[in-house]
Amino acid sequence: MQALKELVDAAASQIDAAADLAALDEIRVKYLGKKGELTALLKSLSSLSAEERPAAGQKINQAKQDVQQRLNARREALEADALAARLAADAVDVTLPGRGLSVGGRHPISRARLRIEQIFTNAGFGVRSGPEIEDDFHNFTALNIPDNHPARAMHDTFYFPDGRLLRTHTSPVQIRALVSEGVPIRVIAPGRVYRHDYDQTHTPMFHQVEGLVIDHEISFANLKAVLHQFVERFFERKAELRFRPSYFPFTEPSAEVDVLWGEDKWLEILGCGMVHPNVLESAGIDSEEFTGYAFGMGVERLAMLRYGVTDLRKFFENDLRFLGQFR
Amino acid sequence: MKVAESWLRKWVDPDLDTMALAHQLTMLGHEVDGVEAIGEGLDGVVIGEIVSFEKHPDADRLNVCQVSVDTGETLEIVCGAPNVSQGMKSPLAPVGVTLPNGLKIKKSKIRGVVSHGMLCSAVELGLGDESDGIMDLPSDAPTGESFADFLGLPDAAIDLDLTPNRGDCFCLLGIARDLSVVTGSPLASTEIEPVAATIDEVHPVVVEDTSLCPSFGGRVISGIDPSASTPLWMCERLRRAGLRPIHPVVDVTNYVMLELGQPCHAYDLDLIDGPIAPRLAKKGERVVLLDEKEIEVNGNTIVISDDSGAIGLAGIMGGLSTAVSDKTTRVFFEAAFWPTEHMAGQARSYGLHTDASLRFERGVDPHQQMRAVEFATSLILDICGGSAGPAEHTVDADVLPVNRPIGLRRERLEKLLGVGIDDARVEAILGGLELTIEKTEDGWTATPPSHRFDLAIEADLIEEVARIHGYDEIPEATAVAAMPLAASTESTINLDTIASVLVGRDYQEVITYSFIDEGHDQLFSGTGTSISLSNPISSEMSVMRGSLWPGMLSAAAANVARQQARVRFFEIGRSFHGTLEEPEEVVRVAGVCIGLRNPEQWAEKASGIDFFDVKADVEAMLRLTGHAADIQFAVEDHPALQPGQSAAILRGGDRVGVLGKLHPNAAKAIGLKQSAFVFELDAERAFASEAPTAEEVSRFPRIRRDIAVVVDDEVNAGELVDTIMESASGLVKGVRIFDIYTGEGIEAGRKSVALGLILQETSRTLTDDDADTATAQAVQLLQQKHAAELRD
Repeated sequence: MQALKELVDAAASQIDAAADLAALDEIRVKYLGKKGELTALLKSLSSLSAEERPAAGQKINQAKQDVQQRLNARREALEADALAARLAADAVDVTLPGRGLSVGGRHPISRARLRIEQIFTNAGFGVRSGPEIEDDFHNFTALNIPDNHPARAMHDTFYFPDGRLLRTHTSPVQIRALVSEGVPIRVIAPGRVYRHDYDQTHTPMFHQVEGLVIDHEISFANLKAVLHQFVERFFERKAELRFRPSYFPFTEPSAEVDVLWGEDKWLEILGCGMVHPNVLESAGIDSEEFTGYAFGMGVERLAMLRYGVTDLRKFFENDLRFLGQFR
Repeated sequence: MKVAESWLRKWVDPDLDTMALAHQLTMLGHEVDGVEAIGEGLDGVVIGEIVSFEKHPDADRLNVCQVSVDTGETLEIVCGAPNVSQGMKSPLAPVGVTLPNGLKIKKSKIRGVVSHGMLCSAVELGLGDESDGIMDLPSDAPTGESFADFLGLPDAAIDLDLTPNRGDCFCLLGIARDLSVVTGSPLASTEIEPVAATIDEVHPVVVEDTSLCPSFGGRVISGIDPSASTPLWMCERLRRAGLRPIHPVVDVTNYVMLELGQPCHAYDLDLIDGPIAPRLAKKGERVVLLDEKEIEVNGNTIVISDDSGAIGLAGIMGGLSTAVSDKTTRVFFEAAFWPTEHMAGQARSYGLHTDASLRFERGVDPHQQMRAVEFATSLILDICGGSAGPAEHTVDADVLPVNRPIGLRRERLEKLLGVGIDDARVEAILGGLELTIEKTEDGWTATPPSHRFDLAIEADLIEEVARIHGYDEIPEATAVAAMPLAASTESTINLDTIASVLVGRDYQEVITYSFIDEGHDQLFSGTGTSISLSNPISSEMSVMRGSLWPGMLSAAAANVARQQARVRFFEIGRSFHGTLEEPEEVVRVAGVCIGLRNPEQWAEKASGIDFFDVKADVEAMLRLTGHAADIQFAVEDHPALQPGQSAAILRGGDRVGVLGKLHPNAAKAIGLKQSAFVFELDAERAFASEAPTAEEVSRFPRIRRDIAVVVDDEVNAGELVDTIMESASGLVKGVRIFDIYTGEGIEAGRKSVALGLILQETSRTLTDDDADTATAQAVQLLQQKHAAELRD
């Protein structure tokens, strides 16, 4: 049986030395094939006596299994090496940029507007829109700004030859909503507005969001609360506000709202007030039964503060180097 | 309006420093736009008296002055000013003083004479922009005393942005009244002593229509000294209020206006021809105003006339023909009340905006004309001498505005503000504002004083209470309201969703102006009529855009000029159509693409964007509607697009947009050298949608049959697909176009189109025979309709 052990040792060393699967298969045939050396030994069992045969057979079978296991183990190792080599050949430079389209971005004004809309719609405000070419009635008269009212001078208006105009604020949308939907009402009206003013701090077109809430028990205290909350939500921080008396023909009392910026700088960000009884009455609403508030904010102003933009005109130059910063 | 702090404090002097005072004014609703320091850094400058002077021995233009500063000795000062005179008093900066402009005064030798200080001009002291010599102080200026103290310096000019409803606050008195109520600091006496007449002379005033002029105060002042000059204290107050001293009489009218809010006018009485008569202008009447411009007056404007015709615009500007000058010795002084309804918009209709018109449009107290006359008289007599005739008042009490009592309910006040305010506080506020209050069962009635034009209804009173009480005192309270759920719809694709698709496809959103150049508009809309503004900012912004493209392309061109090789823009906004009589506003989604298909990349060859890249973007958006099968692209010429690369976008046959390659001529007009691909969709019609209805997904496998047919170049692939889809078998569920080939093997003018037919039956597995039959049918139809040949 010394020969059997030598045979297994020889097979084992050849298996370990096999460089590839083909070589390994040759070894398998050499030892375990039909004419293999171990197979031959098994065949030679018939020459042994009946007493010797079982023990010898068991030993040879053991040796066959041993060789088979070594072959299997070596095959797995060779297969793993081959896969690893194939994958290594398939490696890429992962630092190279990806292929195809990049991604665009929204305009910072849209971004700010969406944010404003989201904050208010979360509280149940509807979003309304209306025409940009307006008539005098909806832009002025219905808002308690009759002909020749000094407040008209505050609005540098673009006119058309027939007396129609480009809306100077989105308040006409509120009037239209009031008339068509009635009260109670809780809406905001975002959109483009136009004033005849073009310099460092004015563009002839800009964006406003106006809000209107009318119900049975709406007070100035409610207005203060909603605007304070809005400013804190918009800027995502605690904010100190200052409401100071002002004048808008369509609200009374009226206020302008400043936010404390930095240590001691008050920046005007909003106009607001309690809806003037004349406005309610002109929309056919009983001003005794219903009260409400309205507010208006400039989207550009809020976007400038939120995103650190220092020049209003940048918003309409559409320079990709500027716009690309707001993805 | 600008006011000097020192002047305001003569009326009311609350215990607040300058910044606190400004803050208080802002919180009263009189927004402070700015506070400008005046006369700071004048410490050490004293009032010097020139005792004597003589010519500098070595310099013609210099004088050597002996200046007394009342220390028992005189200082020798070399001075180059032309207006040096003996006995003159002038500010003197002694050695060691540093002037506001940084100049440090040193003992210095000027052409051999030692100067021990400097006599100063207004400019050198930071008190003016121009001067013609050293400051000439009044003879009663105390020699040796502090110059700053004498002029009430330092002072501050407070610039107020007054709201148009508060006409009563366009004067010191009005601002002071509000300040007094809110601070509790007393208001100085507003009494004005009448000036007794010393001569009998009057000038006739004829008011035919008193509704135009319910109150007209007038007075003759005769024998004034034409050489008199406005005293320094008045000049200083005017100057700090932003007005330039002009002539003592004119300065007095301005002074009275700034203090009382009553605009006044003074005529040279010798130049008036007959009675003064305010009336509406006659047709074609012309007048030359003080600014030397001649205007034609319209019939709604009140003019002041005499026998010669119009001599001024009432409440706006006086006329040149009767203006006071340095020859004037007899003056007729006018203080009138012009009703707001006759003044509104008048000045603006002549392109004018004067201190007087500003006040009359907003409302001037109709009961203070005679106070103004008396005040002005006393000032003129003090400054110019002369004798006053009797003060004459032409008034019609029946047509003067009357303020009626206004009800204020306690419960309403609390409801509107959201907080209750003590009765005593309400009464103190309204009383302080000079309203006459009476208690009623549920609150009060309050009658406003004659100077308030803005108080007519309950809300006006509530605002006044809140304003003086302080908005800060009103608490915040979140509203409690019913919370019905708002409607929600799937009937359209939200435009923000569309925007997200475009952003995901590498488009950058832009916002361009709604008004554009008319030429550009016509080039792109081709309608022949643009909706034009009457008063555009410029010709480049003069008509409402009929397409979003011109603005977007201009923006794209600007970016290309800034070395951006690849531009992909989208915009969502309105375009304007139809006529002005019936304008139609359409929300559009538009895109512009220039340059490379993809950002420059290492792995693939750079290729320019083409029609089908942009078409894919359009298709992607439209696919969101769930109606991809209804979308068609049809050949259509467009004035701004290149023929053969221009398509109408149809949805169920309805034209919802356009897509194509910009025509080189259009590109050139915009200033673009590159080719550009553009699309534009009408949002409402393109993106209509509805909730999808699910269909069962077939369990049975699909079969694909590929064919290639040769057709004429003119045959569009879309037509082939339509034909196959219509084929009778009904088994074709889809067609893929997977190759278009021209060249070797295909005759000129023809092309090979490779089509993959996707066949499926929902109820059973298709056999090869089924598929072959359906394919053969399709091929036959193609042959019939499009003269297609099957290619082997």
